[in-house]
Amino acid sequence: MGFELSREGLDRVLTELGESYLLYAPVLKVGEGRFTDTDVVRYDYVSSVEQIELAHKSDYAFKELLTPLSETLFFFTENECKVADAEARKVIVFLRACDLHAVKRLDQMYLANGPQEDWFYRRVRDRVAFALIGCPESFDNCFCCSMDTNVAPEGWLFSLEQTDDGYRCVVADEQLTEVFAAQAVGEAAFEPAHVSANDTVVRVPESVPVAIYQHSMWDEYTARCIKCGRCTISCPTCTCYTMQDVFYTDNGCVGERRRVGASCMIDGYTNVAGGGQYRRTACERIRFKVLHKVHDFRKRFGYDMCVGCGRCDDICPEYISFAACVNKLADAVDALAAQEVSADE
Amino acid sequence: MTLDVNVKALMKNAFRQSKVRGETASRVRVPGGVINAQSMARVVEIAEEFGNGTIFLTNRQGMEIPGIPLEKVPEVNERLQAIIDDSGVNQEERGKGYPAAGTRNVVGCPGSRLCPFGCYDTTALARRMDKAVFPNNRHVKIAFTGCSNDCAHVALNDFGIIGMTEPQYDPARCIGCEQCVNWCKRRSVGALSVVNGKIVRDEDLCIGCGVCVNYCPTRAWTRSPEHYFRLKIMGRTGKQNPRLAEDWLKWVDEDSIIKIAQNTYAYIDEYIDPGAPGGKEHIGYIVDRTGFDEFVKWALDGVELGPKCERASRVYWGGKRYDRSNELF
Repeated sequence: MGFELSREGLDRVLTELGESYLLYAPVLKVGEGRFTDTDVVRYDYVSSVEQIELAHKSDYAFKELLTPLSETLFFFTENECKVADAEARKVIVFLRACDLHAVKRLDQMYLANGPQEDWFYRRVRDRVAFALIGCPESFDNCFCCSMDTNVAPEGWLFSLEQTDDGYRCVVADEQLTEVFAAQAVGEAAFEPAHVSANDTVVRVPESVPVAIYQHSMWDEYTARCIKCGRCTISCPTCTCYTMQDVFYTDNGCVGERRRVGASCMIDGYTNVAGGGQYRRTACERIRFKVLHKVHDFRKRFGYDMCVGCGRCDDICPEYISFAACVNKLADAVDALAAQEVSADE
Repeated sequence: MTLDVNVKALMKNAFRQSKVRGETASRVRVPGGVINAQSMARVVEIAEEFGNGTIFLTNRQGMEIPGIPLEKVPEVNERLQAIIDDSGVNQEERGKGYPAAGTRNVVGCPGSRLCPFGCYDTTALARRMDKAVFPNNRHVKIAFTGCSNDCAHVALNDFGIIGMTEPQYDPARCIGCEQCVNWCKRRSVGALSVVNGKIVRDEDLCIGCGVCVNYCPTRAWTRSPEHYFRLKIMGRTGKQNPRLAEDWLKWVDEDSIIKIAQNTYAYIDEYIDPGAPGGKEHIGYIVDRTGFDEFVKWALDGVELGPKCERASRVYWGGKRYDRSNELF
């Protein structure tokens, strides 16, 4: 059922939800952008709808809740260790259709990639529910339609989008219907808004021949990419992490194990004992990242990892476009196939 | 034609005395180095109608239109009016051009309007300073630069203002990628180090350039809401004792800088060498005569430096003393 709400009415809904849930949503952080007097949109806890940034795509993804940038897993002393305490309250995460598709990818990696679930991921995942932010229009660099992620999958409690004079919410979770109905100024049957076309169109190759790994299409990126890792840190589906075992400086017998975000794009990734480094150049790193997003992951799990949110393209300081790279990849694959055909003839 | 021109008044009216007899050059003031395209076109028109069709871009971001016949000065002044209105430069009488030329054009690098490293809006602050100190006949040079790169060469000015930001660190957003540490070392002063996977900033070493913020991929480093500044003083070029400006204040606020510059005019009036050629003397020479403490007394009159501001109790300058020796060693 769809409800129309005023800002005050929606705030009363959020207040009521706040009794059972923390609310985690995209927030405009004024002055916290990279450059002087610029802003950034990233996730944080909110208590009113005014705090939720609905007009812009978030620069950083919701995943920081499920896979924190820095998380202490446990503390250790001589022979004992203690798991770090976790927030006990449930959380409603406000996200868009592409991001809800991304949750499936995160779950895949942390819960269904091998025999063991990730215990820490499971601990936070079980507390999380979702609210869908409708997308009446595509943002710059979005290519969800190309990745078939423009329509949200099931798994959201209610949706939210702004109208000229208030908000519209579709309530999927029957237990919440009453809460919304009590504050609504109108009721109507509608679906959450979703886009059906993007300016950016990406063509993902169906399969990738081994020859692509040595292809010259990657070479330019070694000079262009600065290996900062923003593309992967802002990506809602990137899951890589590394560990820091920290021994407190004033007592070397006590410390903690921390899990921190890692990036296949940043120097140091793929370093191994003995000084080996499997991917040295930026072009090797980009090749791995791109193929992982639109090929390798699909080979293992049957669907593409990339959800087409375009944050990587939004944030790249060197104007390297992932979308353009995938299209170059598709063209290169076609050209290789054509060469093979002509060689056969 | 007989010319009877008050050259002193002409120069005060921002016209240069030309070596070509009967000609002058109009000096267009461009605070912060930003002029809108319409006024740029007006400069072109004046150059084509009254000048010799060329425009000289000055070292201090102004423009000079040479080849103007002296008798055309009143007409040029009228034509300058729209440019003066656009640039917001203070004026005494409409249609009469610039009321002074002693206090030089206030210089600004592109700053945060354009440059990724700029720590503040240099153009806006240069214009604010120009409003605060112009018109004035005293020879004072002020320049604003966005960060410690000092692209505006503020160290050659009486007052050189360098932008600073106080980096704010959120360890919860830090993944320990160490890009801030590496870039601080490569592009700046190496004030960052890693301790147990997190970053420690040496607050004494940090110059507030914001390189760490620029290169942080996660927003663990952000800028302070407050804009801070480093104030370098009494730099100069010239024949006797050219020298670079030296640090006097750091982590100082915008309002204090404006007030200090304004206060300095009263100090100059009090102590300037009455025999100085053209009534112009670099402030630094006055400071050399009165002693630094006397300058500070005047400059800080009524100024309340913020709690973060650090002040050098005494400033020493270098530079060669050509008035004492011209030897090459």
